[in-house]
Amino acid sequence: MTGEKVSKPEDSNRSPRGWRALLLGSAGIQYRPRWVDYAFIAAFFILVLVTASMSDVFFTQRNLSNLSRQTVTNGLLSLGMLVVILTGGIDLSVGPIVALTGIMVAGMSKQGLPLSLAIFICLIVGIAMGAVNGFFIARFKLQPFIVTLATLGTIRGLVYVYSDIPITPTDPSFRATLGAGFIGPFPISALIMLACYPLVWFFLNRMSSGRAIVAIGGNEEAVRLAGINVTWNIFLAYMISGFFSAMAGVILASRLGISQPSVGVGFELDAIAACVIGGAILGGGGGSTFGTLAGVVSLGMIDNLLNLFNVQSYYQQILKGLIILLAVLARRKQR
Amino acid sequence: MRSIRKSFDGTQALRGVDFESRQGEVHAIVGENGAGKSTLMKILAGALPIDAGEIRLDGQLIELGNPIRARRLGIYAVYQEFSLIPHLTVAENILLGQMPSSRLRGIVDWRKAYRRAAEILSSIGFVGIDVHRTVRQLSVSHQQMVEIAKAIADRRRILILDEPSAVLSQEELKRLFALIRQVKREGTLVLYISHRLDEVFEIADRITVLKDGQLVGTVTPQQSDHNQLIKMMVGRTLGEIFPVRNPSGTEVALEVSRLSHKGSFSDISFSLKRGEIIGLFGLVGSGRTQVARCIFGADPLTDGEIKVGDKPIHPRSPFDAVQDGIALLTEDRKRDGLVMNCSLRDNASLASLPNLSRWGVINRHDQTNQVQQKIQELDVRPPLLDRLARQLSGGNQQKLVLAKWLLTRARVMILDEPTRGVDVATKVEIYHIINNLAGNGIAILLISSELPEILGMSDRALVMRDGRLVGEYTRDEISEEKLLASASGVIQ
Repeated sequence: MTGEKVSKPEDSNRSPRGWRALLLGSAGIQYRPRWVDYAFIAAFFILVLVTASMSDVFFTQRNLSNLSRQTVTNGLLSLGMLVVILTGGIDLSVGPIVALTGIMVAGMSKQGLPLSLAIFICLIVGIAMGAVNGFFIARFKLQPFIVTLATLGTIRGLVYVYSDIPITPTDPSFRATLGAGFIGPFPISALIMLACYPLVWFFLNRMSSGRAIVAIGGNEEAVRLAGINVTWNIFLAYMISGFFSAMAGVILASRLGISQPSVGVGFELDAIAACVIGGAILGGGGGSTFGTLAGVVSLGMIDNLLNLFNVQSYYQQILKGLIILLAVLARRKQR
Repeated sequence: MRSIRKSFDGTQALRGVDFESRQGEVHAIVGENGAGKSTLMKILAGALPIDAGEIRLDGQLIELGNPIRARRLGIYAVYQEFSLIPHLTVAENILLGQMPSSRLRGIVDWRKAYRRAAEILSSIGFVGIDVHRTVRQLSVSHQQMVEIAKAIADRRRILILDEPSAVLSQEELKRLFALIRQVKREGTLVLYISHRLDEVFEIADRITVLKDGQLVGTVTPQQSDHNQLIKMMVGRTLGEIFPVRNPSGTEVALEVSRLSHKGSFSDISFSLKRGEIIGLFGLVGSGRTQVARCIFGADPLTDGEIKVGDKPIHPRSPFDAVQDGIALLTEDRKRDGLVMNCSLRDNASLASLPNLSRWGVINRHDQTNQVQQKIQELDVRPPLLDRLARQLSGGNQQKLVLAKWLLTRARVMILDEPTRGVDVATKVEIYHIINNLAGNGIAILLISSELPEILGMSDRALVMRDGRLVGEYTRDEISEEKLLASASGVIQ
């Protein structure tokens, strides 16, 4: 025994509860909240207050709905990225999958396919792209970084093969529901994204595959020797990432109303950044679903603010990079 | 070295060892696994700090504390685990940290480097190793030779060799011995740790025996023989730590025949009955862990058959083996037994997730109940399901791994060193758990390098040496002397 106090039964299941669980609830490591978490939450609210006081546009419904619609893409990509990062991997190919599925849904819709069928096909395409990544990574034990770097190029090529010019579908319903639709004051796309978060949380925390994925990132060999099919679960993680990329692609195309083959460059960085800000460990085995959401929202807000103040996008890039470094630095000791 | 004490997490590894040695001698250190030989040597090499005691070199009190300081004093150790860098060339490995540079500082003079490395190798009689090749491309025994070459590239005052012969062939061993005699003549003290008593008698000037972290005595090869040494290494009373148990049933639970795995073992056959405990003993490198991994499907078999009950099985992965009712508790819980950053709940239920879930959704209620029950049954402390595995002490971690496998309801359990790095009290608890399992009809293959454990627990004992089964003893026949003699290849 290490001389630890035997705790009383009532604090026997000590994991963050209530609102803390929502913000900090973690998929892998269950740690007691540290000062960085509180500092993070505090910084978030300070950011909101400062903005509200400096800009009278921020708290308008128009801006908030813009903000939430703009975070949808990164919100979905980050979910898939989180699942992959938890296995100890990384998925660099999300950007081109967004472009591919975006342009395909527009193209098929223009050719007269029913929109729902076009969307369904695109989601399958996304899963298939993820399956390609997963196949090489899980089956042949190749490094995720290299495999997805290769598919990053390949899939981008496929996009241009499909169409090297932007496609604008004429079907009005293409824009009406997913991209621009509202339920009450809330954009439909944002609601869809938000609904995915509890689903992924449930998958990671309450389903056997989800638990296996978290454990694989912690100690792959131990999981294999526990009689769990590691290959399948890693494969699954990349398919999930492909699925969310496709979803992001379809919704983005719908929001913009036009599908550019060049869209999605650098998306993987924002997604990785959101996961890391939310507490994910890039080596795998630790990360938080709702922490990632917090990361997504913060990054989205920073973009939004800088736009409101008309800061050039180059400076946005610089600032974002610094914030990521700061987040990683602050969480350095948490492993 | 005087009154050296060292403990790990409450386990005393060395309890007041006095040890002295002179320049220019070969001093062998022998003892069972866990006797403290490696710990003592690591302290001398500065790799481990001491809790108490003092170390004097030439009468001067010295403080070691880290390997760099030890090296500066001329103390150098070659451990069992290699310290070579696989992707670098032989030359770079030998000259690591002292690569010759050309006139421009910082630029390596490769021709000079290769020449020097080749000189070092040939000066100590190792020809036939190409210094341009990367270490990865060498055979294990050649790697060991490079390791030794690296150790004696400079003149050392003290050279520590920890089981250097485990991977060497007869021929290479001869060359190593010639080398040891040569550095001895130059005044170096060679400390030689080995399990193989034949070697010890051949090379050593004096032999020191350690047991349970204490020094039993120092003898010269002339005064002593194998049997006396084994007595000194083993001679202890078993005490009452091993519980009494009823004899096993008759129904065969696991039968393996002619199992082979290329390069590590061949022609292994035995059968294990329900409720029986078979002890599998062997020295490091004898292939016992590999046998376990192959039965469990973690590594592929090259030949042989496995039957569970009377059903032939072909486990191609641990996944298959678990389905067939086999469990394997691995020897290194940190490396491949636990997910340290996951909770007790996750770790305990990891192997039984399929049983606990429906449509892939874990039944949280069942999971909590079952894990809680096992945790309490095995007395894991603290019994908090959301504690992380790494926050537990070694003994509790080991119980947690046991809990994981108990929850699978396996019928055959292979336990590879189930009490390694665990304090005595927990050891006794684990022995009781194992006996209860056997009492409930589970067949147990207990792999251990601790003789008392094999003796106290097994209904039958099997001995492996160099990848083969070399002995089988019933409960009445087992003795520590016999097992050790059989495992180290000494004919009595």
